[in-house]
Amino acid sequence: MLRCEAEVFRPRTLNDALQMRADMPDATVLAGGTDVMVYLEAGVLKPTRILDLWGCQGLRGLGFADGSQVYGAGLTCTDVLQSVQAHPLLRDAAATVGAVQIQNRATLGGNICNGSPAGDTLPVWLALNAEFELASVRGFRRVPAATFWRGYKQMDLQPDELLVSIHVPAVTGNSHFRKVGTRMAQAISKVIFAGRSVAGREARLAFGAVGPTPMRCAAAEEALVAGAPVDEVVRLLEEEIVPIDDVRSTALYRRKVAGRIVRRWLESLPRG
Amino acid sequence: MIVRFNCNGSDVQVDTPPMARLLDVLREDLRLVGSKEGCGEGECGACTVRIDGAPVMSCLVPVAQVDGCRVQTIEGLGSPATHAVQTAMLMFGGAQCGICTPGICMSAAALLEENPHPTAEAVRVALAGNLCRCTGYQKVVDAVCGALAGGAS
Ligand SMILES: Cc1cc2nc3c(=O)[nH]c(=O)nc-3n(C[C@H](O)[C@H](O)[C@H](O)COP(=O)(O)OP(=O)(O)OC[C@H]3O[C@@H](n4cnc5c(N)ncnc54)[C@H](O)[C@@H]3O)c2cc1C
Repeated sequence: MLRCEAEVFRPRTLNDALQMRADMPDATVLAGGTDVMVYLEAGVLKPTRILDLWGCQGLRGLGFADGSQVYGAGLTCTDVLQSVQAHPLLRDAAATVGAVQIQNRATLGGNICNGSPAGDTLPVWLALNAEFELASVRGFRRVPAATFWRGYKQMDLQPDELLVSIHVPAVTGNSHFRKVGTRMAQAISKVIFAGRSVAGREARLAFGAVGPTPMRCAAAEEALVAGAPVDEVVRLLEEEIVPIDDVRSTALYRRKVAGRIVRRWLESLPRG
Repeated sequence: MIVRFNCNGSDVQVDTPPMARLLDVLREDLRLVGSKEGCGEGECGACTVRIDGAPVMSCLVPVAQVDGCRVQTIEGLGSPATHAVQTAMLMFGGAQCGICTPGICMSAAALLEENPHPTAEAVRVALAGNLCRCTGYQKVVDAVCGALAGGAS
């Protein structure tokens, strides 16, 4: 039995939501609740007010604007899986989040703003050069995914702001997603990888669960663009990631697996 | 807060703290005790119910979020007539202790509506969020595959 006497506010429009956010910066934001409810039940979160975005209109669209794909922060993993437009990397990631019952509630915005380094969709945003659109009564601003997560669960998100959408520019190249966990479903990742490569021009090697934040491996990316051998790219990324030993895995295992995921992917790509 | 929703075909209204778990409202306020609490943290699927057709963990849904929605529990699935998946679970021996069974039936029923002839692999994906510590899953998978395939009617 969950005993939470918090008052719940359920804005119907984004304007109302932003006004409430400004008036109640102490309120806990709630989307699909698959993280928040667990925190409430564990007693680690004891809010007196909750701002529930689940019924808020305008957060669940997937469309195009200014040449970018725009994903509403309120889209669930199931919405992503049911959309033919969603990027394959994101679809692959959404399919690994929890299981069907979790995917039916878990939102993109919740995954991003929970900010766990093991959030499965997070490396995808790094690989796709995504930008997050944050809104408040003061206005809108865009933050690149690459600078949004600043430290362990530290986000570039002000107390009066909400994440409203994710903008993904038209990107090209070969891409690859891989999650390694104890089992396929209902498992928090030991290593997550999202990569994209345009031979000779651009490379994105993004990981989750191997550092305090989701991260890109800049030196390995540069080496890949410059045409360095796979051994060299792998050596560099194994140096750049900063995995730890914890209940789910060891630093050594994570480092080896991270390198191997990238090696197998790069070796499977057409040469050129 | 007064929350109104449709539960198993009947309109209900409950006076409840808005953050009460849907699971507790179903079991305590509405006395629908078919949905079970296993882990209470969204891992095990014993509390699976459907909201507007979609299976969810009712231990993770604050009841305020079902205001105006259609909720179906195992009691609604089996009424007026036993659902094909329930019949198949009996026929194939897909239940032992029974704690996970209501949740499994809810997930399976949702799958069968989308895909009446699922492969064993599709059943395993659809039921990946329903843990069973008795059966070893094979009989459950057989039951779901057989439910609409003429194995049960
Ligand atoms: C059994 C189980 C399995 C899981 N498996 C996985 C998994 O495999 N992979 C994975 O990555 N995650 C997993 N999760 C975690 C969780 O499902 C995801 O992080 C999910 O995406 C959270 O989304 P939500 O809508 O439920 O967020 P909520 O719980 O509603 O919110 C999460 C956080 O984000 C904030 N927030 C939400 N929306 C916004 C917004 N628009 N603006 C600002 N802040 C916002 C909230 O305040 C809160 O801090 C699992 C959880 C459970 C219970």
